[in-house]
Amino acid sequence: MGTGTPLIQIRGLSKVFSTESGDVNVLEDIDLDIKEGEIFGIIGMSGAGKSTLVRCLNFLEKPTKGTVYFDNQDLSALSQKELYKVRQSMGMIFQQFNLLMQRNVLKNVCFPLEIAGVRKNEAETRALELLEMVDLSDKARAYPSQLSGGQKQRVAIARALANNPKVILCDEATSALDPATTKGILALLKDINKRLGITIVIITHEMSVVEEICQRVAIIDSRHIAEVGYVQEIFTRPTTEAARRLVFPEGERVDHFTSSRCCRIVFDGSSSFEPVIANMVLEFRQTVNIIFADTRNIDGRAFGQIIIQLPDDKLTGEKMMAYLRSRGLTVEEVNDFV
Amino acid sequence: MFDPATLEMIGKGFLESLYMTLVSSALAYLIGLPLGIVLVVTDKDGLKPAPGVNSVLGVIINLLRSMPFLILCITVIPLTRLITGTSLGPTATIVPLVIGAAPFIARMVESSLKEVDKGVVEAAQSMGASPFEIIWKVLLPEARPSLILGAAISVTTILGYSAMTGFVGGGGLGDIAIRYGYYRYQTGIMLVTVALLVIIVQVLQEIGIRLARLGDKRK
Repeated sequence: MGTGTPLIQIRGLSKVFSTESGDVNVLEDIDLDIKEGEIFGIIGMSGAGKSTLVRCLNFLEKPTKGTVYFDNQDLSALSQKELYKVRQSMGMIFQQFNLLMQRNVLKNVCFPLEIAGVRKNEAETRALELLEMVDLSDKARAYPSQLSGGQKQRVAIARALANNPKVILCDEATSALDPATTKGILALLKDINKRLGITIVIITHEMSVVEEICQRVAIIDSRHIAEVGYVQEIFTRPTTEAARRLVFPEGERVDHFTSSRCCRIVFDGSSSFEPVIANMVLEFRQTVNIIFADTRNIDGRAFGQIIIQLPDDKLTGEKMMAYLRSRGLTVEEVNDFV
Repeated sequence: MFDPATLEMIGKGFLESLYMTLVSSALAYLIGLPLGIVLVVTDKDGLKPAPGVNSVLGVIINLLRSMPFLILCITVIPLTRLITGTSLGPTATIVPLVIGAAPFIARMVESSLKEVDKGVVEAAQSMGASPFEIIWKVLLPEARPSLILGAAISVTTILGYSAMTGFVGGGGLGDIAIRYGYYRYQTGIMLVTVALLVIIVQVLQEIGIRLARLGDKRK
């Protein structure tokens, strides 16, 4: 696990859609490695190209440029027949479940097995096993229209597992589900990953999904991969604008500070160690944005510096600086710090 | 009300109408169903986009559909003679009926198949299904209720066409209605034949609706 060649290698992948109103670049020059046995997230705002990217992984969309290596096979070099064969080792689940409405649950799970040419009896035995795994044995004869969203997705997962795939691609698999059901589905995927060692690729626009289940994540932003790394790292240190937007989804507090007016407060030990910023915020009933802070308490005196971003209102800013000076601090304005 | 000879004639006409309608429908589906599938598959969002094939086929179908049916009947008389040896009677009528109905059926099939959720087709593709498997195992079964309803509409339309062929000696109830009711002012015979046609339409339509509902698991 995690060693050797990655299971999926995306190399220089670009996708252009030709529409009546001209060419649209959806993905540009994507490079990405997904290791065997990991749960990998691809997150981005809607329209960022993530759904197209996941469809490039099994060549439902053919890349305009570049290619994808799956299990050391260059997918672009395969014939159509070989591609059908390879797809059998890649399960996929969807936001809208995409079950066959005119087939019952058991026959839905049998469907990929039929395509793989498995005999009917064997297929049904295997399908029942899978339904047991996803806890839906009692629904084998039910039709999809009789199931809840969460149950439908479980059927879809059983179906995706039917041919013992190496990877499961999840395209917004929990976006149509309520939070409790989402948790259940994610737990099931996690369990599958652990027990069967199947690599899972999760496409989502919800950071909470990535947090819950993924080990590594790629942030995709306007056609490009903005950042790739361990979820923990990206969470604590988002280095790109796109990552920041996803980690702080509200973003309003930050956007509020449009001015680049900052001030640097120097603690040279002449003031006592008191919560000076907090007091100031309480006094003015206006928030400030702490950009940088490095202070120490040495024998009850404060040393170090804090850089804050002042509110847009110029007058309040002036008053705040005056307030800080009155507390015996050295205050200087620094512009263009942010 | 009617003498036995008239009753026998109406009975024979009834059977002829059914015969023409059902045989023509079967043959028209034999042509129309594959054409409908080709239209869907070669569509620009289809399984195997082929804009050329699609638009040529589309134009041919539209041409045939825009031709008034009686004109079509007369136009194809040489072909009818070639196939059936005559241009009169129920069997001869089957030829123009099939030619007239097949393009209509192709469009009905096309619209039924296009109702199938694109996502389900995509799911099948992601499992490595070939276009043939998708047509056979996804499109046709998933569209079944809609195809059956379409068939009910098509068959009743063909019945209507078959009645029209009475004007050119086609046989069946329409022929009787025109010869006795229209040319000889025997209103009674005309009313009876029309009533029989109404009943056939009602029954066929009802059968279609029930079959479609019975087979539909979407509820």
